[in-house]
Amino acid sequence: MGRITLDKVAKRFGEVEVIPPLDLTIEDGEFVVFVGPSGCGKSTLLRLIAGLEDVSGGEIRIDGQNATEMPPAKRGLAMVFQSYALYPHMTVRKNIAFPLKMAGMPEEEQKRRIDNAAKILNLTDYIDRRPGQLSGGQRQRVAIGRAIVREPAAFLFDEPLSNLDAALRVGMRLEITELHSRLKTTMIYVTHDQVEAMTMADKIVVLRAGHIEQVGSPLELYRTPRNVFVAGFIGSPKMNLIEGGEAGKHGCKTIGIRPEHISVSPTEGMWKGRVGVSEHLGSDTFFYVHETGLREDMTVRVSGEVEMKSGDTVYLTPDMDKLHRFDDAGLRLS
Amino acid sequence: MSTQHSRSAARLMISPSVILLLAWMIIPLSLTLYFSFLRYNLLMPGANPFVGFENYTYFLTDPAFFTALTNTLLLVGGVLVITIIGGVLLALLLDQPMWGQGIVRILVIAPFFVMPTVSALVWKNMFMNPVNGLFAYMAKAVGLQPFDFLAVAPLASIIVIVSWQWLPFATLILLTAMQSLDSERLEAAEMDGAGPFARFFYMVVPHLSRAITVVILIQTIFLLSIFAEILVTTNGGPGNASTNLTYLVYAQSLLQFDVGGGSAGGVVAIILANIVAIFLMRMIGKNLDA
Amino acid sequence: MARAVSTNRKITVTVIAWSIGFLIFFPILWTILTSFKTEAEAIASPPSFLFFEWTTENYGIVMERSNYFLHFMNSVVISVGSTLIGLLIAVPAAWSMAFVPGKNTKNVLMWMLSTKMLPPVGVLIPIYLIFKNVGLLDTRTGLVIVLTLINLPIIIWMLYTYFKEIPVDILEAARMDGANLRNEIIYILTPMAVPGIASTMLLNIILAWNEAFWTLNLTAANAAPLTAFIASYSSPEGLFYAKLSAASTMAIAPILIMGWFSQKQLVRGLTFGAVK
Repeated sequence: MGRITLDKVAKRFGEVEVIPPLDLTIEDGEFVVFVGPSGCGKSTLLRLIAGLEDVSGGEIRIDGQNATEMPPAKRGLAMVFQSYALYPHMTVRKNIAFPLKMAGMPEEEQKRRIDNAAKILNLTDYIDRRPGQLSGGQRQRVAIGRAIVREPAAFLFDEPLSNLDAALRVGMRLEITELHSRLKTTMIYVTHDQVEAMTMADKIVVLRAGHIEQVGSPLELYRTPRNVFVAGFIGSPKMNLIEGGEAGKHGCKTIGIRPEHISVSPTEGMWKGRVGVSEHLGSDTFFYVHETGLREDMTVRVSGEVEMKSGDTVYLTPDMDKLHRFDDAGLRLS
Repeated sequence: MSTQHSRSAARLMISPSVILLLAWMIIPLSLTLYFSFLRYNLLMPGANPFVGFENYTYFLTDPAFFTALTNTLLLVGGVLVITIIGGVLLALLLDQPMWGQGIVRILVIAPFFVMPTVSALVWKNMFMNPVNGLFAYMAKAVGLQPFDFLAVAPLASIIVIVSWQWLPFATLILLTAMQSLDSERLEAAEMDGAGPFARFFYMVVPHLSRAITVVILIQTIFLLSIFAEILVTTNGGPGNASTNLTYLVYAQSLLQFDVGGGSAGGVVAIILANIVAIFLMRMIGKNLDA
Repeated sequence: MARAVSTNRKITVTVIAWSIGFLIFFPILWTILTSFKTEAEAIASPPSFLFFEWTTENYGIVMERSNYFLHFMNSVVISVGSTLIGLLIAVPAAWSMAFVPGKNTKNVLMWMLSTKMLPPVGVLIPIYLIFKNVGLLDTRTGLVIVLTLINLPIIIWMLYTYFKEIPVDILEAARMDGANLRNEIIYILTPMAVPGIASTMLLNIILAWNEAFWTLNLTAANAAPLTAFIASYSSPEGLFYAKLSAASTMAIAPILIMGWFSQKQLVRGLTFGAVK
């Protein structure tokens, strides 16, 4: 079981309020991703849940039990660190055994669990090596193995993939998602990469400066961002945000249109512009369009390969159904 | 970044060290300060009356004090100059490609591990002795009059002995620092047209400044309280020619049993050391930040 | 990229470096050689360098005439004892400062270093009198106490710089894995810091072995370590060069060998990690 409730949890470092009081409930078995730009307090929030930092106010409950004052060892949570934090002087087996040893588990049960974890994570081949002899991806697996043997109430991941190269990252992303669907244990995952958030999460928590900007499923956030910040943060490439006269026509401060919701024509359309750089990914093509008469340059995403040269004139037409409108305070207008 | 738990554990775990060092500092210091205002001689038991600053006046106006102060500064300064210049040159030499670098390093570092009493005695008897010393023999071999180093130039002789002990330390630290100098940076300077001297003064010396700072700091701590070398070679003499502050205070208190006078001297030594320490702490404080 | 160096240059450098190395090492070499000579040969003119009758009689005489073994054991007990006690006190302190740094950590460290700058002669009299009154004068216990205290700042500093290099993450991982503070230090920190703790130990044994202010002033016949024992040769007895050399060789040999092994750590240790 792993239902985690944060009740008016706040954190101050001296005079600096890193996290103003916030409420959040994480249901049992949920995969929750904390996402936000660096310095938004997402890692601090995770460390508060872990017990590695004291809260300055509020209450943390794990499965209904008040855990605010509990030391990390007693909370029944497992954590995977960004640096993996493997014990360099122990073999992979001993690393994984360490939490079980600390819990005073009988040797046989320890062995059964370690072997099981090793099988799930394909660690068997290097179970007697030391972390120094492993590659980044292998170390990551060991760190996860050390977390799963404990059968914790919840897993905490602190940017676990950011030290891996791009190809490996995609693979590990998939593995963690599969692990979640197999174990069905609560997972809290911190990342600054919104792609990771979108692909892995049941529920995304978008944080900025310690505030929760929005909580929702990936598609909710994509379709109905609550404010300009979430609109700009979720989605890749970024949503085009347009202020000024064009927004005024729609009776608001800012309008937003995602690059994939703009159609392109060489002859007619709503906004006329000139193509700058175009990026060909094969599956998609991105255009950066200047001189549209709008204050901002526009990014456009077109499916497939489209021939268009720098300097060509294009006409852009937004899909009016997919237009987002925001008021003076940056909040969504429906 | 920590919790209340770990912070209180930390306070608990650091307290033995802090308490011990605090006691080590405060108890003897306050006693020294207290004794320094008493007329207190171990040879004259009885009342130890309060005499105000008499001991200080006596100690500070004693011509021996001035000699000892000068000697202390000469000793520290002389050894620092010799070991740093020698250390830089040796480090430059040892940084060159050569055969058996490891062995040369072992030879050069060896004197640092020799206890002060041994090195002082070996130099005094087997090298500087005017009759049987190796230097005397060498002088005679080229037809010169043997020179009684410790009688004629006692302070200079002690500076030589102490420099021999500390040169390895300076060399080792400067060599370590030099090896961390990025060779690409030197090559870039060479591409920019810097000759060997320009490279040395504009690239190597600034790179070494931090290491030199550290050498000065550490050596000064130890050099200010040179004692054994003086005790076994000259006993501070002839006269006061090789007496430093440490030795003077020692002589006053443990040879003449003048606790009051010796304590006043101790307080003066502490004040002077503090003046030096303030400079040094500033230096290392900067290094800590870097 | 290492550059090819002309062989001539390399030969020149090698010759110069070896000569200088030999010169610096010569006093030690000379002492060792002399210890194997007879007294007559030791002061022979011209001095014989290698071609003399080698004898080990001086070692026998030194051991026989003086209580060499007692002084040797004094040195061992005092240097090893003060180092071990120092480590016991310093490991928790260094843990605190390295992993739970507060606003004052740097000041505390600086203050600890500053106690090292206190001139020993400034506190000699009170320590001497206190020791005299409580009967610690000329005892091993007394010297262990003093040397522990004077080297404690260095031990703490050295451990601190080593501990600083251990990522906090790993200790936090241990905490998450259910380790309490004791287990964290025993199973994780200490094994990871073994190289650092070992070199701290080595360096402190060297420093304590060679300490020659307190050992000379606080001991007489009973607790005198080798530093004080050798100092007794400053009397005319020192003119027996061969015996002086034999005693000296025995006094420096163990530490010289230890020092050679620990020269790399010496730099880090004595510079408080400021030079690597």
